[in-house]
Amino acid sequence: MSEARIPGPLLALAAAGLLLFLLPLAGLIVRAPWDQVGGALVAPETATALGLSLFCSLTATAVALVLGIPLALVLARTTGTLRRVLRALTTLPMVLPPVVGGVALLLAFGRRGLIGAPLHDAFGIQVPFTTAAAVIAETFVAMPFLVIAVEGGLRALDRRYEEAARALGASSWKVFLRVTLPLLRPAIFSGAVLCWARALGEFGATITFAGNLPGRTQTVPLAVYIALETRPQAAIVLSLILLAVSLAILIGLRDRWLGV
Amino acid sequence: MFKWSCRVTKAIGILVALVALASCQSYVDTTHAPAVTVFAAASLQPPFDKIARQAKVDARFNYAGTQTLTAQLTQGAQADVFASADTAHMTTVQDAGLLAGPPKIFAHNRLEIAVEKGNPKGIHTLADLARPGLVVVLADPSVPAGKYSQQALAKANVTVHPASLEPQVTGVLSKVSLGEADAGIVYVSDIVTSGKVDGVEVPDDDNVVADYSIASLSRRSAADQFIAFVLSSQGQAILVNAGFEKA
Repeated sequence: MSEARIPGPLLALAAAGLLLFLLPLAGLIVRAPWDQVGGALVAPETATALGLSLFCSLTATAVALVLGIPLALVLARTTGTLRRVLRALTTLPMVLPPVVGGVALLLAFGRRGLIGAPLHDAFGIQVPFTTAAAVIAETFVAMPFLVIAVEGGLRALDRRYEEAARALGASSWKVFLRVTLPLLRPAIFSGAVLCWARALGEFGATITFAGNLPGRTQTVPLAVYIALETRPQAAIVLSLILLAVSLAILIGLRDRWLGV
Repeated sequence: MFKWSCRVTKAIGILVALVALASCQSYVDTTHAPAVTVFAAASLQPPFDKIARQAKVDARFNYAGTQTLTAQLTQGAQADVFASADTAHMTTVQDAGLLAGPPKIFAHNRLEIAVEKGNPKGIHTLADLARPGLVVVLADPSVPAGKYSQQALAKANVTVHPASLEPQVTGVLSKVSLGEADAGIVYVSDIVTSGKVDGVEVPDDDNVVADYSIASLSRRSAADQFIAFVLSSQGQAILVNAGFEKA
Protein backbone atom coordinates (compact mmCIF):
# COMPACT_ATOMS: atom_id res chain seq x y z
CA MET A 1 0.00 0.00 0.00
CA SER A 2 2.05 2.96 -1.22
CA GLU A 3 0.32 6.23 -0.48
CA ALA A 4 2.44 8.31 -2.83
CA ARG A 5 1.10 6.77 -6.04
CA ILE A 6 -2.31 8.41 -6.23
CA PRO A 7 -2.79 9.72 -9.81
CA GLY A 8 -2.98 13.50 -10.16
CA PRO A 9 -6.52 13.73 -11.57
CA LEU A 10 -7.85 11.68 -8.66
CA LEU A 11 -6.11 13.99 -6.19
CA ALA A 12 -7.74 16.98 -7.89
CA LEU A 13 -11.16 15.34 -7.66
CA ALA A 14 -10.55 14.47 -4.01
CA ALA A 15 -9.65 18.10 -3.34
CA ALA A 16 -12.87 19.26 -5.04
CA GLY A 17 -14.86 16.84 -2.90
CA LEU A 18 -13.18 18.10 0.23
CA LEU A 19 -13.89 21.71 -0.76
CA LEU A 20 -17.58 20.90 -1.08
CA PHE A 21 -17.53 19.93 2.61
CA LEU A 22 -15.26 22.73 3.74
CA LEU A 23 -16.69 25.78 1.96
CA PRO A 24 -20.13 25.76 3.67
CA LEU A 25 -18.40 25.30 7.03
CA ALA A 26 -16.10 28.20 6.22
CA GLY A 27 -19.12 30.31 5.21
CA LEU A 28 -20.80 29.55 8.52
CA ILE A 29 -17.71 30.40 10.54
CA VAL A 30 -16.74 33.52 8.59
CA ARG A 31 -20.27 34.99 8.54
CA ALA A 32 -21.04 34.14 12.15
CA PRO A 33 -21.82 37.16 14.33
CA TRP A 34 -19.16 36.21 16.89
CA ASP A 35 -19.89 39.20 19.12
CA GLN A 36 -23.48 37.99 19.50
CA VAL A 37 -22.74 34.32 20.17
CA GLY A 38 -22.67 34.74 23.94
CA GLY A 39 -25.96 36.64 24.00
CA ALA A 40 -27.68 34.21 21.68
CA LEU A 41 -26.43 31.25 23.68
CA VAL A 42 -28.17 32.39 26.85
CA ALA A 43 -31.29 33.65 25.04
CA PRO A 44 -34.28 31.71 26.36
CA GLU A 45 -35.35 30.52 22.88
CA THR A 46 -31.92 29.00 22.23
CA ALA A 47 -31.75 27.32 25.62
CA THR A 48 -35.27 25.92 25.21
CA ALA A 49 -34.56 24.51 21.76
CA LEU A 50 -31.20 23.13 22.83
CA GLY A 51 -32.61 21.48 25.95
CA LEU A 52 -35.48 19.96 24.01
CA SER A 53 -33.10 18.72 21.31
CA LEU A 54 -30.87 17.03 23.88
CA PHE A 55 -33.82 15.44 25.64
CA CYS A 56 -35.46 14.16 22.45
CA SER A 57 -32.29 12.88 20.82
CA LEU A 58 -31.08 11.10 23.98
CA THR A 59 -34.51 9.55 24.56
CA ALA A 60 -34.64 8.46 20.92
CA THR A 61 -31.21 6.86 21.31
CA ALA A 62 -32.33 5.04 24.46
CA VAL A 63 -35.44 3.72 22.69
CA ALA A 64 -33.30 2.73 19.71
CA LEU A 65 -30.96 0.79 22.03
CA VAL A 66 -33.82 -1.09 23.69
CA LEU A 67 -35.55 -1.97 20.41
CA GLY A 68 -32.61 -1.90 18.01
CA ILE A 69 -30.21 -4.37 19.67
CA PRO A 70 -32.79 -7.20 19.69
CA LEU A 71 -33.70 -6.32 16.11
CA ALA A 72 -30.04 -6.49 15.09
CA LEU A 73 -29.79 -9.87 16.83
CA VAL A 74 -32.75 -11.21 14.87
CA LEU A 75 -31.30 -9.78 11.64
CA ALA A 76 -27.89 -11.31 12.23
CA ARG A 77 -29.26 -14.73 13.16
CA THR A 78 -31.80 -15.21 10.36
CA THR A 79 -31.03 -16.23 6.80
CA GLY A 80 -32.59 -16.26 3.35
CA THR A 81 -35.60 -14.31 2.18
CA LEU A 82 -36.77 -13.43 5.67
CA ARG A 83 -33.46 -11.76 6.39
CA ARG A 84 -33.53 -9.80 3.13
CA VAL A 85 -37.06 -8.57 3.84
CA LEU A 86 -36.21 -7.61 7.43
CA ARG A 87 -33.06 -5.84 6.32
CA ALA A 88 -34.90 -3.86 3.64
CA LEU A 89 -37.55 -2.82 6.17
CA THR A 90 -34.90 -1.75 8.65
CA THR A 91 -32.92 0.34 6.21
CA LEU A 92 -35.99 1.90 4.59
CA PRO A 93 -35.99 4.97 6.88
CA MET A 94 -32.37 5.63 5.88
CA VAL A 95 -33.25 6.09 2.21
CA LEU A 96 -36.75 7.51 2.63
CA PRO A 97 -36.97 11.32 2.46
CA PRO A 98 -37.63 12.32 6.09
CA VAL A 99 -40.71 14.35 5.13
CA VAL A 100 -42.22 11.20 3.61
CA GLY A 101 -41.38 9.42 6.85
CA GLY A 102 -43.24 12.16 8.71
CA VAL A 103 -46.33 11.76 6.53
CA ALA A 104 -46.18 7.98 7.01
CA LEU A 105 -45.96 8.47 10.78
CA LEU A 106 -49.02 10.76 10.64
CA LEU A 107 -50.96 8.09 8.75
CA ALA A 108 -50.00 5.52 11.39
CA PHE A 109 -50.07 7.44 14.67
CA GLY A 110 -52.25 10.44 13.75
CA ARG A 111 -55.78 10.93 15.01
CA ARG A 112 -57.07 9.20 11.86
CA GLY A 113 -54.13 6.81 11.66
CA LEU A 114 -54.00 3.02 11.78
CA ILE A 115 -53.02 2.92 15.46
CA GLY A 116 -53.67 6.55 16.27
CA ALA A 117 -57.43 6.35 15.63
CA PRO A 118 -58.18 3.54 18.14
CA LEU A 119 -55.75 5.17 20.59
CA HIS A 120 -57.60 8.46 20.30
CA ASP A 121 -61.07 6.92 20.50
CA ALA A 122 -60.27 4.71 23.49
CA PHE A 123 -58.02 6.91 25.60
CA GLY A 124 -58.27 10.37 24.03
CA ILE A 125 -54.55 10.27 23.31
CA GLN A 126 -53.28 12.34 20.38
CA VAL A 127 -49.66 11.65 19.49
CA PRO A 128 -48.88 14.40 16.92
CA PHE A 129 -47.85 17.82 18.30
CA THR A 130 -46.41 16.21 21.46
CA THR A 131 -42.79 15.82 22.56
CA ALA A 132 -43.40 12.06 22.29
CA ALA A 133 -44.09 12.59 18.58
CA ALA A 134 -40.73 14.34 18.18
CA VAL A 135 -39.03 11.38 19.92
CA ILE A 136 -40.89 8.88 17.70
CA ALA A 137 -39.91 10.79 14.56
CA GLU A 138 -36.24 10.89 15.62
CA THR A 139 -36.24 7.20 16.56
CA PHE A 140 -37.83 6.27 13.24
CA VAL A 141 -35.15 8.06 11.27
CA ALA A 142 -32.13 7.28 13.47
CA MET A 143 -32.59 3.69 14.70
CA PRO A 144 -31.44 2.07 11.43
CA PHE A 145 -27.95 3.48 12.03
CA LEU A 146 -27.75 1.62 15.34
CA VAL A 147 -29.24 -1.59 13.96
CA ILE A 148 -26.82 -1.71 11.03
CA ALA A 149 -23.79 -1.05 13.27
CA VAL A 150 -24.79 -3.69 15.83
CA GLU A 151 -25.64 -6.22 13.14
CA GLY A 152 -22.18 -5.70 11.65
CA GLY A 153 -20.68 -6.26 15.09
CA LEU A 154 -22.68 -9.46 15.54
CA ARG A 155 -21.55 -10.86 12.20
CA ALA A 156 -17.92 -10.23 13.10
CA LEU A 157 -18.42 -11.88 16.49
CA ASP A 158 -16.71 -15.17 17.24
CA ARG A 159 -19.68 -17.43 18.00
CA ARG A 160 -17.47 -19.90 19.88
CA TYR A 161 -17.59 -17.75 23.02
CA GLU A 162 -21.36 -18.07 23.08
CA GLU A 163 -21.21 -21.78 22.31
CA ALA A 164 -18.72 -22.32 25.13
CA ALA A 165 -20.95 -20.46 27.58
CA ARG A 166 -23.96 -22.50 26.49
CA ALA A 167 -21.99 -25.73 26.77
CA LEU A 168 -21.17 -24.75 30.33
CA GLY A 169 -24.88 -24.60 31.08
CA ALA A 170 -25.75 -20.91 30.75
CA SER A 171 -29.31 -20.09 29.62
CA SER A 172 -29.71 -18.27 26.31
CA TRP A 173 -30.76 -15.14 28.20
CA LYS A 174 -27.65 -15.32 30.37
CA VAL A 175 -25.42 -15.89 27.32
CA PHE A 176 -26.88 -12.77 25.74
CA LEU A 177 -26.36 -10.64 28.85
CA ARG A 178 -22.97 -11.93 29.98
CA VAL A 179 -21.25 -12.86 26.71
CA THR A 180 -22.86 -11.34 23.60
CA LEU A 181 -23.55 -7.84 24.96
CA PRO A 182 -20.07 -7.25 26.42
CA LEU A 183 -18.44 -8.45 23.20
CA LEU A 184 -20.67 -6.10 21.23
CA ARG A 185 -19.77 -3.05 23.30
CA PRO A 186 -17.73 -1.22 20.63
CA ALA A 187 -20.36 -1.77 17.92
CA ILE A 188 -23.17 -0.70 20.24
CA PHE A 189 -21.23 2.39 21.26
CA SER A 190 -20.44 3.59 17.76
CA GLY A 191 -23.95 2.70 16.56
CA ALA A 192 -25.51 4.64 19.43
CA VAL A 193 -23.38 7.70 18.72
CA LEU A 194 -24.26 7.66 15.01
CA CYS A 195 -27.91 7.19 15.93
CA TRP A 196 -27.77 10.07 18.40
CA ALA A 197 -26.09 12.39 15.90
CA ARG A 198 -28.73 11.58 13.29
CA ALA A 199 -31.52 12.13 15.82
CA LEU A 200 -30.01 15.46 16.87
CA GLY A 201 -30.07 16.73 13.29
CA GLU A 202 -33.53 15.39 12.42
CA PHE A 203 -35.77 17.95 10.72
CA GLY A 204 -38.18 16.72 8.04
CA ALA A 205 -39.99 13.95 9.87
CA THR A 206 -40.20 16.01 13.06
CA ILE A 207 -41.75 19.12 11.51
CA THR A 208 -44.22 17.02 9.51
CA PHE A 209 -45.27 14.65 12.28
CA ALA A 210 -44.73 16.64 15.48
CA GLY A 211 -45.26 20.18 14.23
CA ASN A 212 -43.35 23.20 15.45
CA LEU A 213 -43.98 24.61 18.92
CA PRO A 214 -41.22 26.15 21.04
CA GLY A 215 -40.63 24.14 24.20
CA ARG A 216 -42.64 21.14 23.03
CA THR A 217 -41.58 20.06 19.55
CA GLN A 218 -39.28 22.82 18.27
CA THR A 219 -35.84 21.18 18.30
CA VAL A 220 -32.69 23.05 17.24
CA PRO A 221 -32.94 22.22 13.50
CA LEU A 222 -36.54 23.50 13.46
CA ALA A 223 -35.53 26.61 15.37
CA VAL A 224 -32.75 27.23 12.83
CA TYR A 225 -35.23 26.93 9.96
CA ILE A 226 -37.75 29.30 11.56
CA ALA A 227 -35.10 31.80 12.66
CA LEU A 228 -33.31 31.83 9.31
CA GLU A 229 -35.80 34.23 7.79
CA THR A 230 -36.58 36.56 10.66
CA ARG A 231 -33.48 36.35 12.87
CA PRO A 232 -30.67 35.11 10.60
CA GLN A 233 -28.02 35.86 13.23
CA ALA A 234 -29.72 33.56 15.73
CA ALA A 235 -29.96 30.88 13.04
CA ILE A 236 -26.23 31.08 12.39
CA VAL A 237 -25.44 30.85 16.10
CA LEU A 238 -27.70 27.80 16.50
CA SER A 239 -26.06 26.20 13.46
CA LEU A 240 -22.65 26.83 15.02
CA ILE A 241 -23.78 25.06 18.20
CA LEU A 242 -24.88 22.01 16.21
CA LEU A 243 -21.59 22.11 14.29
CA ALA A 244 -19.60 22.23 17.54
CA VAL A 245 -21.56 19.29 18.94
CA SER A 246 -20.97 17.23 15.78
CA LEU A 247 -17.26 18.05 15.80
CA ALA A 248 -17.00 17.11 19.46
CA ILE A 249 -18.60 13.74 18.66
CA LEU A 250 -16.17 13.07 15.83
CA ILE A 251 -13.11 14.09 17.83
CA GLY A 252 -14.21 12.16 20.87
CA LEU A 253 -14.79 9.09 18.75
CA ARG A 254 -11.78 9.03 16.48
CA ASP A 255 -10.02 6.28 18.44
CA ARG A 256 -13.20 4.27 18.85
CA TRP A 257 -13.91 4.66 15.19
CA LEU A 258 -10.62 3.18 14.17
CA GLY A 259 -10.92 0.53 16.84
CA VAL A 260 -14.28 -0.78 15.64
CA MET B 1 -10.51 -6.89 -7.89
CA PHE B 2 -9.70 -5.60 -11.38
CA LYS B 3 -13.04 -6.78 -12.77
CA TRP B 4 -14.82 -5.04 -9.94
CA SER B 5 -13.08 -1.71 -10.45
CA CYS B 6 -13.84 -1.98 -14.16
CA ARG B 7 -17.49 -2.24 -13.30
CA VAL B 8 -17.27 0.77 -10.99
CA THR B 9 -15.66 2.84 -13.74
CA LYS B 10 -18.37 1.74 -16.14
CA ALA B 11 -21.10 2.63 -13.63
CA ILE B 12 -19.62 6.09 -13.10
CA GLY B 13 -19.43 6.54 -16.88
CA ILE B 14 -23.08 5.63 -17.30
CA LEU B 15 -24.05 7.99 -14.48
CA VAL B 16 -22.14 10.89 -16.06
CA ALA B 17 -23.80 10.15 -19.42
CA LEU B 18 -27.24 10.18 -17.73
CA VAL B 19 -26.52 13.52 -16.10
CA ALA B 20 -25.38 14.93 -19.44
CA LEU B 21 -28.57 13.65 -21.03
CA ALA B 22 -30.72 15.12 -18.26
CA SER B 23 -29.06 18.49 -18.58
CA CYS B 24 -30.24 18.68 -22.21
CA GLN B 25 -33.63 19.13 -20.55
CA SER B 26 -34.60 22.45 -19.13
CA TYR B 27 -33.20 22.02 -15.57
CA VAL B 28 -29.69 23.22 -16.21
CA ASP B 29 -30.50 25.24 -19.30
CA THR B 30 -28.84 28.62 -19.03
CA THR B 31 -27.87 29.27 -22.65
CA HIS B 32 -31.18 30.78 -23.73
CA ALA B 33 -33.62 31.84 -21.06
CA PRO B 34 -36.88 33.01 -22.59
CA ALA B 35 -38.82 32.18 -19.42
CA VAL B 36 -39.74 34.71 -16.77
CA THR B 37 -38.73 33.64 -13.29
CA VAL B 38 -41.50 34.51 -10.85
CA PHE B 39 -40.98 34.39 -7.09
CA ALA B 40 -44.48 34.20 -5.65
CA ALA B 41 -46.06 33.70 -2.22
CA ALA B 42 -47.16 30.09 -1.69
CA SER B 43 -50.83 31.07 -1.51
CA LEU B 44 -50.68 32.37 -5.11
CA GLN B 45 -49.89 29.01 -6.73
CA PRO B 46 -53.37 28.09 -8.02
CA PRO B 47 -54.20 31.43 -9.72
CA PHE B 48 -50.66 32.11 -10.97
CA ASP B 49 -50.35 28.71 -12.65
CA LYS B 50 -53.59 29.51 -14.48
CA ILE B 51 -52.48 33.05 -15.33
CA ALA B 52 -49.23 31.79 -16.88
CA ARG B 53 -51.21 29.38 -19.08
CA GLN B 54 -53.72 32.01 -20.22
CA ALA B 55 -51.19 34.78 -20.73
CA LYS B 56 -49.08 32.33 -22.76
CA VAL B 57 -46.04 33.49 -20.84
CA ASP B 58 -43.29 30.93 -20.35
CA ALA B 59 -43.01 31.40 -16.60
CA ARG B 60 -40.95 29.48 -14.06
CA PHE B 61 -42.35 29.75 -10.58
CA ASN B 62 -40.67 29.59 -7.22
CA TYR B 63 -43.52 29.31 -4.70
CA ALA B 64 -42.62 29.62 -1.03
CA GLY B 65 -43.46 31.60 2.08
CA THR B 66 -43.00 35.32 1.36
CA GLN B 67 -40.34 35.55 4.08
CA THR B 68 -38.34 32.74 2.42
CA LEU B 69 -38.53 34.45 -0.97
CA THR B 70 -37.43 37.75 0.56
CA ALA B 71 -34.43 36.07 2.16
CA GLN B 72 -33.52 34.38 -1.13
CA LEU B 73 -33.79 37.64 -3.10
CA THR B 74 -31.75 39.69 -0.65
CA GLN B 75 -29.11 36.92 -0.65
CA GLY B 76 -28.73 37.36 -4.40
CA ALA B 77 -31.23 34.99 -6.07
CA GLN B 78 -32.04 36.03 -9.64
CA ALA B 79 -35.69 36.58 -10.56
CA ASP B 80 -37.78 38.74 -12.89
CA VAL B 81 -40.97 39.16 -10.86
CA PHE B 82 -41.68 39.18 -7.12
CA ALA B 83 -45.23 38.72 -5.81
CA SER B 84 -45.45 39.17 -2.05
CA ALA B 85 -48.28 38.32 0.36
CA ASP B 86 -47.76 41.58 2.22
CA THR B 87 -46.28 45.02 1.64
CA ALA B 88 -43.67 44.80 4.41
CA HIS B 89 -41.53 42.20 2.63
CA MET B 90 -41.93 44.07 -0.67
CA THR B 91 -40.53 47.13 1.09
CA THR B 92 -37.57 45.08 2.34
CA VAL B 93 -36.78 44.01 -1.23
CA GLN B 94 -37.30 47.57 -2.48
CA ASP B 95 -34.99 48.98 0.21
CA ALA B 96 -32.34 46.48 -0.92
CA GLY B 97 -32.45 48.26 -4.29
CA LEU B 98 -33.65 45.19 -6.18
CA LEU B 99 -36.83 46.51 -7.85
CA ALA B 100 -36.85 47.59 -11.50
CA GLY B 101 -40.31 49.16 -11.29
CA PRO B 102 -42.70 50.43 -8.62
CA PRO B 103 -44.61 47.77 -6.63
CA LYS B 104 -48.36 47.53 -7.25
CA ILE B 105 -51.08 46.07 -5.08
CA PHE B 106 -52.77 43.44 -7.26
CA ALA B 107 -55.04 41.50 -4.90
CA HIS B 108 -56.33 41.22 -1.36
CA ASN B 109 -56.95 38.18 0.76
CA ARG B 110 -58.78 37.71 4.04
CA LEU B 111 -58.41 35.29 6.89
CA GLU B 112 -60.83 32.48 7.48
CA ILE B 113 -60.98 29.65 10.00
CA ALA B 114 -60.37 26.28 8.36
CA VAL B 115 -62.30 23.43 9.98
CA GLU B 116 -62.98 19.83 9.08
CA LYS B 117 -65.71 19.20 6.52
CA GLY B 118 -69.11 19.61 8.15
CA ASN B 119 -67.58 21.52 11.09
CA PRO B 120 -68.03 18.67 13.63
CA LYS B 121 -66.63 20.74 16.51
CA GLY B 122 -69.13 23.55 15.94
CA ILE B 123 -66.60 26.37 15.56
CA HIS B 124 -68.30 29.66 14.65
CA THR B 125 -66.07 32.47 15.92
CA LEU B 126 -62.46 33.24 16.68
CA ALA B 127 -63.36 33.02 20.38
CA ASP B 128 -64.29 29.35 19.87
CA LEU B 129 -60.63 28.67 19.09
CA ALA B 130 -59.77 29.27 22.73
CA ARG B 131 -62.00 26.39 23.86
CA PRO B 132 -60.03 23.89 25.97
CA GLY B 133 -59.42 20.53 24.33
CA LEU B 134 -59.51 21.96 20.83
CA VAL B 135 -56.42 21.32 18.69
CA VAL B 136 -55.63 24.59 16.90
CA VAL B 137 -52.75 25.06 14.47
CA LEU B 138 -51.52 28.49 13.34
CA ALA B 139 -48.88 29.74 10.95
CA ASP B 140 -45.65 30.89 12.60
CA PRO B 141 -45.58 34.66 13.28
CA SER B 142 -42.58 34.94 10.94
CA VAL B 143 -44.92 34.06 8.03
CA PRO B 144 -47.32 36.80 6.84
CA ALA B 145 -50.33 34.55 7.46
CA GLY B 146 -49.11 33.94 11.00
CA LYS B 147 -48.60 37.65 11.61
CA TYR B 148 -52.12 38.40 10.32
CA SER B 149 -53.56 35.60 12.49
CA GLN B 150 -51.96 37.13 15.56
CA GLN B 151 -53.40 40.54 14.66
CA ALA B 152 -56.88 39.10 14.14
CA LEU B 153 -56.80 37.18 17.43
CA ALA B 154 -55.59 40.31 19.22
CA LYS B 155 -58.43 42.36 17.72
CA ALA B 156 -60.95 39.75 18.83
CA ASN B 157 -59.25 39.66 22.23
CA VAL B 158 -58.78 35.89 22.08
CA THR B 159 -55.83 33.93 23.46
CA VAL B 160 -55.19 30.69 21.62
CA HIS B 161 -52.76 27.98 22.69
CA PRO B 162 -51.72 26.52 19.35
CA ALA B 163 -50.50 22.93 19.06
CA SER B 164 -48.07 23.94 16.36
CA LEU B 165 -46.77 27.03 14.55
CA GLU B 166 -46.32 25.92 10.96
CA PRO B 167 -43.65 27.51 8.76
CA GLN B 168 -46.12 27.74 5.84
CA VAL B 169 -49.87 28.34 5.56
CA THR B 170 -50.08 25.13 3.57
CA GLY B 171 -48.86 23.28 6.68
CA VAL B 172 -51.85 24.64 8.63
CA LEU B 173 -54.20 23.57 5.86
CA SER B 174 -52.80 20.04 5.61
CA LYS B 175 -52.94 19.46 9.38
CA VAL B 176 -56.65 20.40 9.32
CA SER B 177 -57.47 18.39 6.19
CA LEU B 178 -55.66 15.33 7.59
CA GLY B 179 -57.84 15.59 10.69
CA GLU B 180 -54.90 16.17 13.06
CA ALA B 181 -56.03 19.68 13.95
CA ASP B 182 -59.61 20.75 14.68
CA ALA B 183 -59.08 24.25 13.32
CA GLY B 184 -56.51 26.61 11.87
CA ILE B 185 -56.39 30.14 10.55
CA VAL B 186 -55.63 30.40 6.82
CA TYR B 187 -56.50 32.63 3.85
CA VAL B 188 -59.94 32.52 2.23
CA SER B 189 -58.16 31.61 -1.03
CA ASP B 190 -56.57 28.55 0.62
CA ILE B 191 -60.00 27.20 1.55
CA VAL B 192 -61.49 27.97 -1.87
CA THR B 193 -58.73 26.13 -3.73
CA SER B 194 -58.21 23.28 -1.25
CA GLY B 195 -61.77 21.97 -1.26
CA LYS B 196 -60.89 19.53 1.53
CA VAL B 197 -61.85 21.76 4.45
CA ASP B 198 -64.74 24.05 5.32
CA GLY B 199 -64.32 27.73 6.04
CA VAL B 200 -65.78 29.72 8.93
CA GLU B 201 -65.91 33.42 8.17
CA VAL B 202 -64.13 35.89 10.39
CA PRO B 203 -66.20 39.09 10.77
CA ASP B 204 -64.76 42.24 9.15
CA ASP B 205 -64.19 43.91 12.52
CA ASP B 206 -61.69 41.22 13.53
CA ASN B 207 -60.37 40.34 10.10
CA VAL B 208 -57.12 41.49 8.61
CA VAL B 209 -56.87 42.25 4.92
CA ALA B 210 -53.66 41.02 3.33
CA ASP B 211 -52.38 43.26 0.54
CA TYR B 212 -50.61 41.34 -2.20
CA SER B 213 -47.96 43.35 -3.98
CA ILE B 214 -46.16 42.66 -7.25
CA ALA B 215 -43.11 44.25 -8.86
CA SER B 216 -40.60 43.56 -11.60
CA LEU B 217 -37.02 42.87 -10.64
CA SER B 218 -35.56 43.01 -14.16
CA ARG B 219 -36.03 45.23 -17.17
CA ARG B 220 -37.12 42.32 -19.35
CA SER B 221 -40.32 42.95 -21.29
CA ALA B 222 -41.67 39.50 -20.46
CA ALA B 223 -41.68 40.46 -16.79
CA ASP B 224 -43.79 43.56 -17.49
CA GLN B 225 -46.03 41.47 -19.73
CA PHE B 226 -46.69 39.01 -16.90
CA ILE B 227 -47.44 41.80 -14.40
CA ALA B 228 -49.73 43.54 -16.89
CA PHE B 229 -51.73 40.34 -17.31
CA VAL B 230 -52.06 39.90 -13.53
CA LEU B 231 -53.49 43.44 -13.32
CA SER B 232 -55.75 43.03 -16.38
CA SER B 233 -59.44 42.20 -16.03
CA GLN B 234 -58.70 38.65 -17.18
CA GLY B 235 -56.00 38.18 -14.55
CA GLN B 236 -58.16 39.74 -11.85
CA ALA B 237 -61.01 37.38 -12.75
CA ILE B 238 -58.73 34.37 -12.26
CA LEU B 239 -57.66 35.73 -8.87
CA VAL B 240 -61.28 36.33 -7.80
CA ASN B 241 -62.12 32.78 -8.89
CA ALA B 242 -59.38 31.50 -6.61
CA GLY B 243 -60.83 33.30 -3.60
CA PHE B 244 -58.84 36.53 -3.72
CA GLU B 245 -60.36 40.01 -3.82
CA LYS B 246 -59.76 42.49 -6.63
CA ALA B 247 -57.14 45.14 -6.09
